[in-house]
Amino acid sequence: MSNPILIAKDINLSFGGVVAADHIDFELHAGERLAVIGQNGAGKTTFINICTGYLKPESGHIFFDGKEITGKTPRSIVRMGLGRSFQLPQLFVEHTVQECLEISAAARAGKLSILKSLSHSVNSAEITETMELVGLREHAHERAGTLPEGHKKLLDVAMTLMLRPKLIIMDEPTSGVSSEDKHALMALVMQALEQRGVTSWFVEHDVDIVEKYATRVAAWISGKIAADGAPNTVLSDPQIRKEVLGDMSC
Amino acid sequence: MNYARTVIALACIVLGLGVIFPWAKTIIILGLCYGLASLGVALPARSGQVSFGHAMFSCVAAYCVAFIAKAYPTTDGLLLILFGTLLSTLFAAFIGLFMVRYRGIFYGMLNLAISMVIVALLGKLYSLTGGTDGIRVDRPTMLGVMTQRSEFETILLSFTLVVCIAAGWFYQRFIKSGSGEALLGLKSNETRLEYLGLSAQRVLWVGYVISGLFVSLSGSIFALAQGLVTPEMGSWTRSGELVFITVLGGVSHALGPFVGAAIFEAVKLTAAAYMAGVWQLLLGCTLLVVIVVAPQGIMGAVAKRNKQQANS
Repeated sequence: MSNPILIAKDINLSFGGVVAADHIDFELHAGERLAVIGQNGAGKTTFINICTGYLKPESGHIFFDGKEITGKTPRSIVRMGLGRSFQLPQLFVEHTVQECLEISAAARAGKLSILKSLSHSVNSAEITETMELVGLREHAHERAGTLPEGHKKLLDVAMTLMLRPKLIIMDEPTSGVSSEDKHALMALVMQALEQRGVTSWFVEHDVDIVEKYATRVAAWISGKIAADGAPNTVLSDPQIRKEVLGDMSC
Repeated sequence: MNYARTVIALACIVLGLGVIFPWAKTIIILGLCYGLASLGVALPARSGQVSFGHAMFSCVAAYCVAFIAKAYPTTDGLLLILFGTLLSTLFAAFIGLFMVRYRGIFYGMLNLAISMVIVALLGKLYSLTGGTDGIRVDRPTMLGVMTQRSEFETILLSFTLVVCIAAGWFYQRFIKSGSGEALLGLKSNETRLEYLGLSAQRVLWVGYVISGLFVSLSGSIFALAQGLVTPEMGSWTRSGELVFITVLGGVSHALGPFVGAAIFEAVKLTAAAYMAGVWQLLLGCTLLVVIVVAPQGIMGAVAKRNKQQANS
């Protein structure tokens, strides 16, 4: 197996009396597609927030691509190659789909011009290719704020992809999307990630999607990783079936 | 709407008015200065940050012009404008380092607070600033030539017009650039900016400095046109007027603040002549009408109409 791209060592964080991260030790390897499952309040998003610099752990260390990122700002972590999409898509709602991707492309270059037109300072072929990759080409000139929820999710991922990340963490990429559209959305996202060679980690509640797209599953219970391994192993674990998936027959 | 033709037409009208009505030259210059300063207020407003103290940069620039003119009476008018603008823009760059940490009402009120501290200092330090009486600025040479009042006003009007067109061009380039689009993005989603690896504070700071440059430029020209600088130039009422003009004209195009300034001056002059006691009432009603009919300002309504025409 390749070297870990992300390592978390003994991560702790509490909010008052609630323990959101309880001595978490975790590794993610390049090329993996990790699905994180767990009930609401289990600490999944908190751990994402810690890894992406939004929250600082009380103790512990995080390493990304061999470098420590504990306590670094989100933007410095993003610049190192760790991208993120959100449960509630974080878009520039007044901009069109194409403009959102152009801003992302300009951000990757690190320098924003004050005179040169944005559309002329980025590679338009790359923008078009990314829009095609996630199925948003037809919506290029629509405002991000007016898109349906599924398209917003895709744009959120596409904006992160424009940064050419090594790892992308997606917080519930299918939440708010109808059950009929979930699989089509995930298929597009996973195809795009595979084509760009991006390691991924996604939080998901839908077991079908987890089984279909994950190469590894980690189950969170009360701020701890209760199980971690191959999807069929974790998803058939009686404790996980009962406490995470709500299977009362176990 | 062809904006280039509109700008040329408006510039010709402005110059024509100055030639036909020589008494109106100073009024036109001051109106253009209002437009230029409002253009400055419009930039941070695109990011959702409305400043209630931006007139301070106009005031600082004007006092820089007055101090330099007093210390070096032979300094050319263009150099006075250059130095006044430069020094005040540097001041804006410094103040901006603190301002960009705040958002919304805190940003607006902190700008207001600093502007009022400056106004108070200018009013109290009488021996240095002349107190509330201010400092007179004698008519300087322009490009080395000493002119009569009328010629001076014509030169200054032409210069101001060129400066406004250049500033408008720069504004348009800026809002379509990476920095300008990121500034607009800051209004809708600061979190996403940070998660694209961009510093939201830096994005806002760049906008703030350019905004300070426009307002400073207007203050430097204002000082020469009026021939007198007073602390009142930086007062909260003046800042409020700039916000008023910005809301009236809209921020979607550089023409907005100038159209807003023209309407503001026209309403103010008309109201002062015919409704002297209640001119603020007329201004307030005008703003109410604009907010109800065109919430994005006049240029916002024009842009909306253009888009509808293009789609139909």
